[in-house]
Amino acid sequence: MDFNQNHFEIFQLAISFDLDLEDLSKRYRKIQAGVHPDKFVNATDYERRLSLQWATQVNAAYQILSSDLARAIYILEISGVPLQENPQLPSDFLIEQIERREVLDEISKISRSPEALATYREELEKCIKDYFKEFSESYLTNLSLAEMIIYKLQFFTKLRFQVNKIEEQILGY
Amino acid sequence: MALLQITEPGQSIDPHQRKIAAGIDLGTTNSLIAIVRGGVPETLPMHQGTHLLPSVVQYKEELTLVGQSALDSAEEDPLNTVLSVKRMMGRGIGDIARMGKSLPYDFVGNESGMVKINTVAGDKSPIEISSEILKELVERANQSLPGGLDGVVITVPAYFDDSQRQATRDAARVAGLNVLRLLNEPTAAAVAYGLDSGYEGLVAVYDLGGGTFDISVLRLTRGVFEVVATGGDSALGGDDFDKCIAEWIITQAGYGQELTPRHLRGVMLQARSLKELLSTSDIADVDFTIDGLSFKGQLTREKMDELVAKLVIESINACRRVLRDVGECKIGNVVLVGGSTRMHAVRQAVTDFFGVEPLVDIDPDRVIAVGAAVQADILIGNKPKDEMLLLDVLPLSLGLETMGGLTEKIIHRNTAIPASKSQEYTTHKNGQTAMLVHVVQGERELVADCRSLASFELRGIPAMVAGAARIEVNFQVDADGLLSVSAREITTGVNAKVLVKPSYGLSEEEISNMLRASFQFAEDDVKIRSLAEARVEAMRLIDALEGALAQDADRLLQSDEAALLTDGIVSLRKVSKTRNVNLINAEVKKLMEASEVFAALRMDSAVRTAFSGLHIDQLKEGS
Repeated sequence: MDFNQNHFEIFQLAISFDLDLEDLSKRYRKIQAGVHPDKFVNATDYERRLSLQWATQVNAAYQILSSDLARAIYILEISGVPLQENPQLPSDFLIEQIERREVLDEISKISRSPEALATYREELEKCIKDYFKEFSESYLTNLSLAEMIIYKLQFFTKLRFQVNKIEEQILGY
Repeated sequence: MALLQITEPGQSIDPHQRKIAAGIDLGTTNSLIAIVRGGVPETLPMHQGTHLLPSVVQYKEELTLVGQSALDSAEEDPLNTVLSVKRMMGRGIGDIARMGKSLPYDFVGNESGMVKINTVAGDKSPIEISSEILKELVERANQSLPGGLDGVVITVPAYFDDSQRQATRDAARVAGLNVLRLLNEPTAAAVAYGLDSGYEGLVAVYDLGGGTFDISVLRLTRGVFEVVATGGDSALGGDDFDKCIAEWIITQAGYGQELTPRHLRGVMLQARSLKELLSTSDIADVDFTIDGLSFKGQLTREKMDELVAKLVIESINACRRVLRDVGECKIGNVVLVGGSTRMHAVRQAVTDFFGVEPLVDIDPDRVIAVGAAVQADILIGNKPKDEMLLLDVLPLSLGLETMGGLTEKIIHRNTAIPASKSQEYTTHKNGQTAMLVHVVQGERELVADCRSLASFELRGIPAMVAGAARIEVNFQVDADGLLSVSAREITTGVNAKVLVKPSYGLSEEEISNMLRASFQFAEDDVKIRSLAEARVEAMRLIDALEGALAQDADRLLQSDEAALLTDGIVSLRKVSKTRNVNLINAEVKKLMEASEVFAALRMDSAVRTAFSGLHIDQLKEGS
C-alpha cells in the first residue's frame, strides 16, 4: 500500500484536467466499496485502522478531483506551481471585478429583483465556464497562463458565494 | 476498551453461527428496536405488545421504570420522571437554560460540563438515563431471540454534533452494547426504502422528529447510498407544532396566569392528539377538563394548517438551502420520516416544493429502526456478498479557535467521512512545552456562536526557541462522525501527548464508574470480568482472522505463511481456555502482529479488485 500516490493514481487515472466526472464517481464508489470501514466491522484492529486510513485518503482525493477549481489548483501544485498568497492581477481585470461587484451591490441593496439576480448568476456561470475552458487548453503548454486563470477564477468563485448570500436575503430563506 | 457481549461470559460462541444485530431508533419521544429475521426487517414488540417504547425513565428509590409505566406516572412524579432526554444529550446547563422550556427537573451542573438531573436515586446524567432506555429495548429483544444480540446500530439525527454523538455512544457503552455504527436517521430511512425499489438518482429525506428537523439529500447508485448534503434546524421539531396548537387552545380558552405545569402538560397532550386527528379528518372537537379548567371547541384542519404555516415554511427554507448545496435540483423521490409528517400541511408543502409525491409506504414512526436493522444485519456480516455501502458526510464544520475569538474551519460541513486534516502550529515562547487547542463545531465565525467540543492540551513538546517547533496536529473524523486528535513535533518526530477535555462529555473514569455500577460487580467479579473481556477479545480476533483466511489465504499467502497464522489461532484458542488473563492478552497481541502483513495484502487486493471490475466496464462502454 502506498500512501504517497497522487490523487489521480489512487483512482488509476492519468493526470488530466478534463475528467469524466461520472467515471470518477464510479471509481470512487468502487474503491470505497473495497476499503470503507463498514466492510471491516468484524476485522482485526489493524485491518480496521488501515481501512480508516484508506477510506480517508480516498475521500480526500475524491473531494479535490471532483471539484473543477480544486482539481485545477491541484494539477498546478503537482506540476510545481503552488499558488501565491497575494498574486498580481492585471488592472483591467481588477477594474472589471469592481464593476461586477457594483452591479451586484445594486441588485442587493436597491432593485432586490430575483430576476436580475438570476440573470447576473447566469452571466457569472458563463464566465466561469469560459475560464475553465481556457485553463484546460493552456495548462499543458503554458503553466503561467494557467496559473493566472486560476487567480481570476478565485475572484469569480468568491463572487458566486456572494450571489448565494444575496439570494438568501432577497428570497428570505 | 474491551467490548462486552450480551451473551453470558464463558458461554462458547460458535463462529459459524448466524449473528444477530439490531437497529435501534433512540428517539426523543419514542424508541424502537428492529432486527432482520429470515431476510425481512421487523420491529420487535415491547411487553405490552406495542412496538414503540416511550423514551421515558422514572427513578424510584429502589427501582427504575422505563417506557409506558414511567410515562403514566409522569404527572404524579415530575421531578423523577425524565422525558425527552435526547434533547439533553451532550448538553451543558447553559444549553438547558437556553432551551427556554419549563423543564420540571432539578438540574445539577457538573465540572465537565454535561448537565445532570437530581433524582431520588441520585444525580443522573443524560447518558445514564439513555442507557436505561437502551437496556430496556435490548432486554425485550433478548426475550424473543435465543442467542442474544451480537451488535447494534444506533441512529442519531444527522444534525447531531460531536458531543451528542459521543454521548450516544457512551450511553451504549454503559448499557454494555457492542455498537457497530452510529447511523444518521435520514440515511437509515433511505436505506429502508432504497434497497427494494431499485431506484437510482437523488432522494430527499424530510425528517421531522420530535425535537429536530433534518433534511438530507442522497444519491443512490446500485446499492451505494451517498449522502450528498445535509442540513436542517436543530431547534425545530414536531413538539413545536404541538406548541403552536397548544397556544391556540390557551388563547381560545382565555387562560392566563392560573395555568400550572400540569395544565400545560395536559394542553400539550390535547394538542398532539388534535394534530393526529386532523391528519385524517377535516375537523375535530376539543373537549377536556384538567384540574378544574375545562374547554370545549372545534379546530378545523384549515385553521391548524394556518397555525403551523410558519414552521412549515422554516422547514422548506432549510430544504432550499440544502438543494442549493447539492447544485442539481432534480429530486426523484422524497421520503418522509417522523409522526408529524402525517400532517396535511407538511405533505402538501413537501409535494409542492420537490414536485413529487412523497413515499409513505413504510410507517414513518418505524422507518428509521427498519433501516438501521438492515444496516446492522449487513455490518455484522450476514450478507457478505451484499454490495450495499453507506457513504456519509460531516453535518457541521469542525473548527479551531484562533486569535480574537474567531474560528478557523478545518473540516467543512458536508465533507465525506471518514476525513482527516492536518494543521501545523508553532510555539510562541522560548522553551514552551505545552499548548492549548480549542476545537469547536458549527458554521458561525465567532467561537462564542459555535459549540465548544473540547480543549486539547498538547504536552511533551521538545523545548526549543520560539517559532522553531513545528507541531502537526491531526484531526481524524471516523465513519461515525466522531473526532479524535493526535499531534507530533515534526523536526524531532516526538509525539505530543493529547489530553482531551470534552466540553460536554464525561471523562473515561466517570464512564468506567457507570459501567461498574451498572453491572454491580463485586470485587471478585472484577477478575472474572477481565477474563471474560480477554476471551471476548481473543474470540473477536480468531473470528476475524478465520474469516479472512477462508476468503483470501489461497490467493494471497504462501502455504507456510498461512500455516503460521492457523497455528497462531490454534494456540490462542488453547490459551483462551485457561484463566490466565495476561497470557491470553499476550497471545492476542502476538497473533495480531503476525497478521499485519496479511491485512495489508488484503487491503491492497480490495483496491485492485475494485478497479479490475472497472476496466471491464470501461471496455464495454468503449472509452
